[in-house]
Amino acid sequence: MPLMVILNHLFCFLPAMVGAAIIRPMQEIPTIAAISTPLGTGAIGIVRMTGPAAVGICDAVFRSVKGLRLADADSHTIHYGAVFEPDSGSLVDEVLVSVMRGPGTYTREDIVEVNCHGGTVAQQKILSLFLKQGAALASPGEFTRRAFLNGRIDLAQAESVAQIISAKTEAGLKVAMAQLEGSISREVKALRQSLLRVMAGVEAEIDFADEDPGEPDFAVNKEQLEEIEASIGELIDSAFVGRVISQGVRTAIVGKPNVGKSSLLNSLLMRERAIVTETPGTTRDTIEEIINVCGIPLRLIDTAGLRPAGDEVEQIGIERAHRALEEADLILCLFDGSLREDDHDRTLLTSVPADRAIYIINKSDMLRGRPAAFNQGLLPARPVLISALTRQGLTELKEKIADFVLGGSLPPLEGPIVTHERHKLALERAAASVSRAAQGFRVGLGPELIAEELRSATGSLGEITGEEMLEDLLDVIFQEFCIGK
Amino acid sequence: MFFDVVVVGGGHAGCEAALAAARMDRSTLLITLNLEKIALMPCNPAVGGVGKGQLTREIDALGGEQGRNTDRSFIQMKMLNTGKGPAVRALRAQTDKKLYEDNMKRVLSSAPSLKILEGAAAKLVVSRETATGIELTDGSMITAGAVVLACGTFLRGNIVVGDQRFPAGRMGEPPSLELSGSLEDTGLKLERFQSATPPRIDARSIDPDRMTVDPGDENPETFSPFSRQKKFEQIPCYLTYTTAKTHEVVRKYLHLSPIRTGSVSGKGPRYCPSIDRKVVKFPDRDRHPVFVEPEGRHTQELYLQGLTTSMPVWVQEKIIRATPGLENARLMRPGYAVAYDYAPPSQLKLSLETKPIEGLFLAGQINGTSGYEEAAAQGLIAGINAARYVRGEDPLILRRDQAYIGVLIDDLVTKDVDEPYRMFTSRAEYRLLLRHDNAHERLAPIGHRLGLVPDGNMESVREENIQMKSLLMMLKTKIIRPSATANDLLAKAGSSPLTEPQSAAQILKRPEMTISAVLSLAGCSTSLATDGGAVRRAGIEIKYEGYIERQLAEISRWHHLESTYIPDDLDYMSLKGIASEAREKLTRIRPSSLGQASRIAGVSPADVSVLSLYIQARH
Ligand SMILES: Cc1cc2nc3c(=O)[nH]c(=O)nc-3n(C[C@H](O)[C@H](O)[C@H](O)COP(=O)(O)OP(=O)(O)OC[C@H]3O[C@@H](n4cnc5c(N)ncnc54)[C@H](O)[C@@H]3O)c2cc1C
Ligand SMILES: Nc1nc2c(ncn2[C@@H]2O[C@H](COP(=O)(O)OP(=O)(O)OP(=O)(O)O)[C@@H](O)[C@H]2O)c(=O)[nH]1
Ligand SMILES: [Mg+2]
Repeated sequence: MPLMVILNHLFCFLPAMVGAAIIRPMQEIPTIAAISTPLGTGAIGIVRMTGPAAVGICDAVFRSVKGLRLADADSHTIHYGAVFEPDSGSLVDEVLVSVMRGPGTYTREDIVEVNCHGGTVAQQKILSLFLKQGAALASPGEFTRRAFLNGRIDLAQAESVAQIISAKTEAGLKVAMAQLEGSISREVKALRQSLLRVMAGVEAEIDFADEDPGEPDFAVNKEQLEEIEASIGELIDSAFVGRVISQGVRTAIVGKPNVGKSSLLNSLLMRERAIVTETPGTTRDTIEEIINVCGIPLRLIDTAGLRPAGDEVEQIGIERAHRALEEADLILCLFDGSLREDDHDRTLLTSVPADRAIYIINKSDMLRGRPAAFNQGLLPARPVLISALTRQGLTELKEKIADFVLGGSLPPLEGPIVTHERHKLALERAAASVSRAAQGFRVGLGPELIAEELRSATGSLGEITGEEMLEDLLDVIFQEFCIGK
Repeated sequence: MFFDVVVVGGGHAGCEAALAAARMDRSTLLITLNLEKIALMPCNPAVGGVGKGQLTREIDALGGEQGRNTDRSFIQMKMLNTGKGPAVRALRAQTDKKLYEDNMKRVLSSAPSLKILEGAAAKLVVSRETATGIELTDGSMITAGAVVLACGTFLRGNIVVGDQRFPAGRMGEPPSLELSGSLEDTGLKLERFQSATPPRIDARSIDPDRMTVDPGDENPETFSPFSRQKKFEQIPCYLTYTTAKTHEVVRKYLHLSPIRTGSVSGKGPRYCPSIDRKVVKFPDRDRHPVFVEPEGRHTQELYLQGLTTSMPVWVQEKIIRATPGLENARLMRPGYAVAYDYAPPSQLKLSLETKPIEGLFLAGQINGTSGYEEAAAQGLIAGINAARYVRGEDPLILRRDQAYIGVLIDDLVTKDVDEPYRMFTSRAEYRLLLRHDNAHERLAPIGHRLGLVPDGNMESVREENIQMKSLLMMLKTKIIRPSATANDLLAKAGSSPLTEPQSAAQILKRPEMTISAVLSLAGCSTSLATDGGAVRRAGIEIKYEGYIERQLAEISRWHHLESTYIPDDLDYMSLKGIASEAREKLTRIRPSSLGQASRIAGVSPADVSVLSLYIQARH
């Protein structure tokens, strides 16, 4: 059903659109602006603006050295000049301005891009001047949304573009690109086609009851559905890989206070990100950072030390630490090698699932060759011995992390990978319907009700591929069954 | 001569159109080629079936004639799909075809505002892009406020039997040659379709002992709840199967088949393949069913459903005789194929009025459909809307979630038909709501408002509804406690005992429980015997409850798309951001709502989003 797909467009994917563009009449489509270089990186910053008033707004604050007004400039031209504060006339920055007129642009609207000398201050200043002149602040992804809305790209492409933008590593980029080329679409299309064949049998039995289309074989149907369900399940599993690639492996560093969790984060990041002190209970809130370990993106989460909380703030921090532990794909479970184990360590061990954990004994530098005071026999697996301070053992730790991600239970990286939450949800709905249909065959549910389940399963898969059901269904019926008076 | 509404064609579409317009008090004229052949069934004289039967029910609910006329004329009645759920149950009747014609003619003749004329329409008279009348082949003129064309297979009709080809609308009837050209002159486009019918044989020449008897239902239901039930002896049909021998004969003479000689022009329906095509396409099937069906009480003609072919007559005879039970069959009428003009229905509005010519309505096979039920359904809507047009009222448009008729017309207008269109229940996305049993609840109020359903009938529909609703309430509130008697009754119905109190409705949801069993469990005095309709429907509503709620939720999700109307004069070519294929399709089909636009093949969700932006912009 195309309707399912449209609903996604109107409500799911574009919640902001419903509030803004769809309701707002055309002539009031706002011009939007945003800083489009990630904050804090690079020497050059880009402030970008799209919409009917983009050129006019920029003209109000920009003076080209040649004295040319942007309104008179040709499309796809670059102009050297400066941005001024219009009221005081004071210089803001020296800039290059690109003028691109719709529809030959990404959003199909007029676009102005200001390349400034960078620094957050200059970018912020230029952006705020644009806003003062009547532009609205773009929400995240709104440029892409415009492009989609103006028919430049379709939904799947829009989502993939959004992901390319946010892809943090090379591997992530590749998946996003492959998605554009439709590897998931192909896989889902094939599944949908097998589903249609089962459905054709059920529908033929209903619609051609008096024409003897041949008895449908329920056992075969059930088996086929179970196969389809399994394949959908595989795709859903691959959603994990997809998430890992686009968002990183969720990796929580846990341990009792003062074992060196924040120190480990810092030394993996190779910068002083988290505060480190001798006082137990230093880290109070979770801290997240993306790092790249042997090409694998990790979303590293430093947490508050686990112990009975001293105050309310610490209490909240510890709750968050527990949540991070629960949601983590990988747990780095840290102990202080210079101290004997205590009750805090033992409690921690009971709440860490061994199949998701790597055990680490820290502060090896303090041992000076002596065995650790910490009793390693308590641990379910051999620990890695490191020093967050001297970086000793870090390479071994990284290898162990890579082994865990690549060598473990994760499906191999080639083949379709589901990276969109929307696709994953659609797949989960499809799997549930298919499973109910298979169950229906088993208990002898009426074919019209089995058909309902199959119909919604095909619909869910169609949401991913954008395919309509009915034409295909009738084609399959007439291909597979000899029907007709 | 002036009439408010002129209907051309006394087939199934034309009869409904004429009756509807006349019953809505418009002065109406029905012109047809031959008064002896009104409502004739050139193919199988059967009405209903899965999908089609629901259409006939809906026609009856709206105040049309097909259902009642079938009830007056059947020789066998069967409820199909009784082993499956009620949503897909459908009635099918074998009629006495002569009786059907006579009964319909009687009804037409007694309608007060309806005049009938034998004649052949030669030209559609159009002035300022508006239909103003019809010119007959004898030169006489009839002026009209609105024109309904329901010419069936007659437009440039051409029959093929073996190597014989000759112009005809149906076997033994002349085609209508001039009208096509006149329609094309007005800017309507016409294309070719093809349809075929199997041979008929003499009932005295078959061997029933070698076939399976296929009797009617013991207690036949009627299409119309307002028909009086008749008790009479039904005539059985027979079922036999082709054999390897039959297929051998077909293969031997395949070179003479029109599918090989290519002598039949126009596309035929996939769901109605000839025996030639079946043998070629499904070489692995060692048999195909052949239903042997009587055509009436006073004729010996038997219809051979499953043996459609337009091979040469002598080959037809060989094929038939190679089939068990038919070894000595005597051919009475050969099978044949007919190719004809139809007007691709994307040229229509949802009211069945044509887009290029105001006041011109098309209904039936001329719109690329096939089947009596599909024809009658369109005829009824065209007649209603012609009458409303003349009065300056808005057309009646049924939605897809409201009726199979809505699905039918929306499909026709929105999706390009590339084979004769027949109704299947799988075409309806809300199949569990569009049921045989609730057709009158859904549509009688509309028919009543239009003046087509008499007050008395409406009253009884309402009464049954109230009864059904109060029964529903009772079932939902009545709590059954675990007790020896209750569990006894449950065991008798093959169901597990109660361990805790449950409502009667909850118990009814167990697949093995029937409404009658639950009623006796609840100690209720109502029963199937006394209050059939209401009881049965209450049972269905409860059994399907979860699914029905899902479908209703679905409908309300789409409501905003279905109820956002697209202005008639929107210039799609000027819209930026819509794919060019979509732009062309939209320009041609000119959908009336975003919902309809979204169903056009080639219009993507992104296109619909952009379209919705432009529409908002215009307000
Ligand atoms: C050979 C054959 C095979 C068929 N096979 C099938 C099948 O397998 N399955 C199926 O579902 N349906 C089949 N049908 C179709 C079925 O008969 C039609 O769908 C149905 O009858 C169409 O109804 P109608 O009212 O549109 O047209 P028809 O019933 O064809 O009626 C047309 C009427 O218009 C009149 N008319 C035509 N031109 C003029 C004119 N110029 N002036 C005045 N009157 C005119 C004719 O006299 C006739 O009364 C077949 C029909 C034929 C002829
Ligand atoms: N000698 C030595 N000291 C370390 C090592 N790692 C951390 N420390 C010291 O241990 C103390 C605590 O380190 P943190 O990294 O703040 O420990 P933490 O686990 O984050 O502590 P909380 O946030 O309070 O839970 C600091 O004084 C660090 O300098 C190590 O490998 N060797
Ligand atoms: Mg810390």
